[in-house]
Amino acid sequence: MSLLNYFRPKKTTVANQAKERLQIIVAQRRRADDQGNMLSAMEKDILEVIRKYYLNIDPDAISVQLEQNEDDLSVLELNVTLPDDVK
Amino acid sequence: MAQIIVVTSGKGGVGKTTSSAAIGTGLALKGFKTVIIDFDIGLRNLDLIMGVERRVVYDFVNLINGDSNITQTLIKDKRVEGLYILPASQTRDKDALTREGVEKVLNDLSEKFDYIICDSPAGIEQGALMALYFADEAIVVTNPEVSSVRDSDRILGILASKSRRSEQGLEPVKEHLLLTRYNPSRVEKGEMLSVEDVSEILAVKLIGVIPESQAVLKASNIGEPVILDEQSDAGQAYLDTIERLLGNKVDYRFLSEEKKGIFKRLFGG
Repeated sequence: MSLLNYFRPKKTTVANQAKERLQIIVAQRRRADDQGNMLSAMEKDILEVIRKYYLNIDPDAISVQLEQNEDDLSVLELNVTLPDDVK
Repeated sequence: MAQIIVVTSGKGGVGKTTSSAAIGTGLALKGFKTVIIDFDIGLRNLDLIMGVERRVVYDFVNLINGDSNITQTLIKDKRVEGLYILPASQTRDKDALTREGVEKVLNDLSEKFDYIICDSPAGIEQGALMALYFADEAIVVTNPEVSSVRDSDRILGILASKSRRSEQGLEPVKEHLLLTRYNPSRVEKGEMLSVEDVSEILAVKLIGVIPESQAVLKASNIGEPVILDEQSDAGQAYLDTIERLLGNKVDYRFLSEEKKGIFKRLFGG
């Protein structure tokens, strides 16, 4: 930093712009990953609960999806295919 | 048991192979028995950077398929004691690296070596996933540039969810940030992301900063890892990186422009 720089107004440098853009992207990626991890954990828990009542259920018979339809509307979709030989 | 370290980045051309060669060589210089594995199936280059391209007989895929054994396949470095190279094959079959095959080779090597350095290919395909799957530590090579930083972030996400350690609920892969092609004068002018910027964005502990250097091109031209060029700035920066990898505290060098005179400092230049 030279002495003259202290008297100049602070400009936003291109490096600062890059940093701000990256911080947004990284935060989004981490949020999406966290959500993915949450859904797979939820799937595991739901599977365990169903197993209490229906034995022998295939782990693939359950799917959990979270859809963001509009800005203020999220839909959590849970799909369970029960085996044919349910008592 | 060997320590398995993956050198990865997501983006291509940021210096993974240069760094793998330098770090592997540096660990061997410190007396550790080290093997560097090229995971870039179809686009092998580590052999060239290490200057052993004319000594390749068998390769990684041969070893996995049982066409050759470890002694036949590993290339012994003639400059540094205890340093070996496992070349990638030139096959076009990208799925030649099976998880079971890679695991078996790593287990066998693990009995004979202190460090296994996995030189990852670019991208997030099979080769890159296999290179990081078994890792204990990851060195994420990043340039101070937007697309490289974003790709490094992707790789960090994959390390946290698709590695063996994450799948088995073990202690997570230890992540390190290695910033390469750093240009301090452009950083000072506000044209380039600084070390602090990148480590703050990625939230990963820094292990080294390698300055943009003429020495790197020269080293690859002659097939000698740049860490052996001890006079060069890049060589010294890699030597410092090795010290930090081994847990020693070393001050960072080459982070600022060469010193200017008092006049220039006061009035800018």
